[in-house]
Amino acid sequence: MATSATIHAHAPQGFIRKYIFSLDHKVIGLQYYFLALVAVFVGMFLSLLMRIHMIWPTAVLPLVGEIKPETYLSLLTMHGTIMVFFVLTTAPQGGFGNYFLPIQIGAPDMAFPVLNMLSFWTTFVAFVTILAAFFVTGGAPLHGWTGYAPLSALTNSGPGEQLGADLWITSIAIFCIASLMGALNFITTTLDLRAKGMTMMRMPLTVWAWFITAILGLLAFGVLLSAGILLLLDRNLGTSFYVPLVVVNGQIMGHKGGSPLLWQHLFWFFGHPEVYIAILPGMGVASQLLSTFSRKPIFGYRAMVYAIMAIGFLGFMVWGHHMFMSGMSPYTAFAFSIMTMAIGVPSAIKTFNWLGTIHGGRVRFQTPMLYAIGFVSLFVSGGLSGPFLAQPVLDIPLHDTAFVVGHFHLIMGVAAIFGMFAGTYYWFPKMFGRMMNETWGRVHFFITLVGTYCIFMPMHYLGMAGQPRRYSQFTELAYLQNLIPLNRFITYAAIITISAQFIFVINLFWSMFKGPKASDNPWESTTLEWITATPPPHDNFGGHTPVVNHGPYEYSVPGAPRDYIMQTDPATVASH
Amino acid sequence: MATYFSPVSIDVPSTGQGGGGVRPPAYGGGRGDGRGDGSPDYGQRLRRVRLGLAIGLTSVTMIFVSLTSAYVVRRGLPTLDERTNAYVRDWIPVDLPIALLLLNTALLLASSVTAELARRQITRQAALAPLRSIPGVSLGEEKGFPWLAVTVVLGGGFLTGQWMAWRELADRGFYMATSASSSFVYLLTATHAVHLMGGILVLLYAAAVSLLNRPVEARRIVVDVTAWYWHFMFLLWLYIFGLVWFVR
Repeated sequence: MATSATIHAHAPQGFIRKYIFSLDHKVIGLQYYFLALVAVFVGMFLSLLMRIHMIWPTAVLPLVGEIKPETYLSLLTMHGTIMVFFVLTTAPQGGFGNYFLPIQIGAPDMAFPVLNMLSFWTTFVAFVTILAAFFVTGGAPLHGWTGYAPLSALTNSGPGEQLGADLWITSIAIFCIASLMGALNFITTTLDLRAKGMTMMRMPLTVWAWFITAILGLLAFGVLLSAGILLLLDRNLGTSFYVPLVVVNGQIMGHKGGSPLLWQHLFWFFGHPEVYIAILPGMGVASQLLSTFSRKPIFGYRAMVYAIMAIGFLGFMVWGHHMFMSGMSPYTAFAFSIMTMAIGVPSAIKTFNWLGTIHGGRVRFQTPMLYAIGFVSLFVSGGLSGPFLAQPVLDIPLHDTAFVVGHFHLIMGVAAIFGMFAGTYYWFPKMFGRMMNETWGRVHFFITLVGTYCIFMPMHYLGMAGQPRRYSQFTELAYLQNLIPLNRFITYAAIITISAQFIFVINLFWSMFKGPKASDNPWESTTLEWITATPPPHDNFGGHTPVVNHGPYEYSVPGAPRDYIMQTDPATVASH
Repeated sequence: MATYFSPVSIDVPSTGQGGGGVRPPAYGGGRGDGRGDGSPDYGQRLRRVRLGLAIGLTSVTMIFVSLTSAYVVRRGLPTLDERTNAYVRDWIPVDLPIALLLLNTALLLASSVTAELARRQITRQAALAPLRSIPGVSLGEEKGFPWLAVTVVLGGGFLTGQWMAWRELADRGFYMATSASSSFVYLLTATHAVHLMGGILVLLYAAAVSLLNRPVEARRIVVDVTAWYWHFMFLLWLYIFGLVWFVR
């Protein structure tokens, strides 16, 4: 409550106040970022184990031994959950959003700094809770990141469904609370703390993306929280929200009359907006970078804003397209199908505008720009299979195959990761005062881009050829024999791509201490984070408050002496 | 074409913030903390916390919206009866202790009224605070009625009443897992109670703040938003009561 007043009067002293329980949005942003960095390596390691198991099913691996079917399902569950919640939701919004939203709107901090700190530490507790699931009796849960009932709602449905599943649900519930606190803070900050002159239509598209993402989170996470509570009650207090009359190992369970579909509806009502929670910040970063590095104003700023809003709005209307396999009425499926394909319209507007921004620009192909272009590439490649899957008649044969795995990894997984890479290379000088190594940045980019395509494009063929997803072992199936070389290729590509990520990590930490000193505005960008010192002082602008006179993307304005006009430059500079 | 001068500049404005100057200047310094000129702007802070409350209540609403949708869906579901092999409804209307719940409703309504009185009292005090700080001006000792304490007591009474209602339900044979209907009654009332307890904690915090001799304007913000939160909790209870009573 009302604590913002007392907080940023002066910078806190002492290690704990400054770096651990910090109230400074910049420190909290970095905390989120590094939490996600740890999480992404955990998640990546799990995926590596899965890929190796797929082509050498009997191999004995270090740390885990031979992977049994239930172990494979645990790996799958934890990979998905950790990646979706603790990477895709945490870094783009909690990390970059926390760090740069207040600076980009000219505010000294978030609206509620204490809430901000609580929100990070709650996320941290959620992360520890989910990791604990690996180490309890029975191990991690088997029910996938979607946690479908009744598998997830019974404590005797599998080895990981004992304490591991309870920890999993508890972790998700804690994460929901953390995200709700974060969303509240983001929305209030955006609405109430903008600097003078920073109208909504002068906000950088990154801010728009974080703002809309926060609204999605505010409306979606409460639903997942309720759904999770119902699941915990079914598991532990014998209620029957999700569990029908069911027999497990010849034993009739006490439940009666519940509906597994109820879980699916509640979960996906959260789950689909969650996809946009993951991808919208990446869209914001891509817009910002494509404009900056093309030295051109963003093509169709207003259209971009309305497209983000439209995507956010439609994102709440389409959850049923995850449930075409559930036997829903064809009329219902038709409605969800139409709404889903409608999302193609604002998505196409965004893509068109990104291309329009680059077209005719004096493009500077530096690492952040490469990643922004990579983002657009992956968004398009992954997005094109969306309208396929949006149609029930195509979704039904493809739904439980590797086709969907390829689709969502491209558009939601790796595209969002590319957004994070772009943000990291772009904002690193501001965050740490040094430049990252450009050469190794490019090497990292090209290996990652090519590797990503090598991993996920062939999955579309696998899916069309009928390779099921979530199966721990299929090398013995006769009809999949001719796919084994392709699977092997994917695994090799995954090993190379994952190895290349160490280039990034080494570059990140090496540059933090040894990189060349960065100037205050190394990319000649226009938004407010580039007018302040590097790294920004505790109150962001060193006792001053910026006054905004310009839109966020005024590049190459005729008549101006430089090819960019800072948002704070005097208003007399050329009209726009 | 206009001429261009001056590179990057950072102005120190004389006005506050606001989207494009739509809002009137709120305070000197243009800073979120209002410390620029040494006098914190409580009006601006109050507005911000109220905005935060409204946004927070949106997410609380979503929690109850989703529980309601689950309630409606679950209520309409048929289930297979293993003896007759026919589909039957397993939703048993809960025999609610209606008199007790009406009494609880009256208690919560009363506490909402006292919370409002507390809010108005402290708003008045906060408005008069600048006058009191003028040397030589005396408004006399204002003996404030402890409306906050009354609110906390009434709120505690409501929670006790809800606990008694649970006991009564158990006596009538409705436990958590008896039927989905009773599961929802327990779940909805418990979720509401948890939120109300949060409100009580904040009210106790407000009382602690008043003991710590913080400025009345700062205390007023806490009391103000808690009172609004409290009204919301009352309306939420009416909604839940209506749901479990009329949609049995």
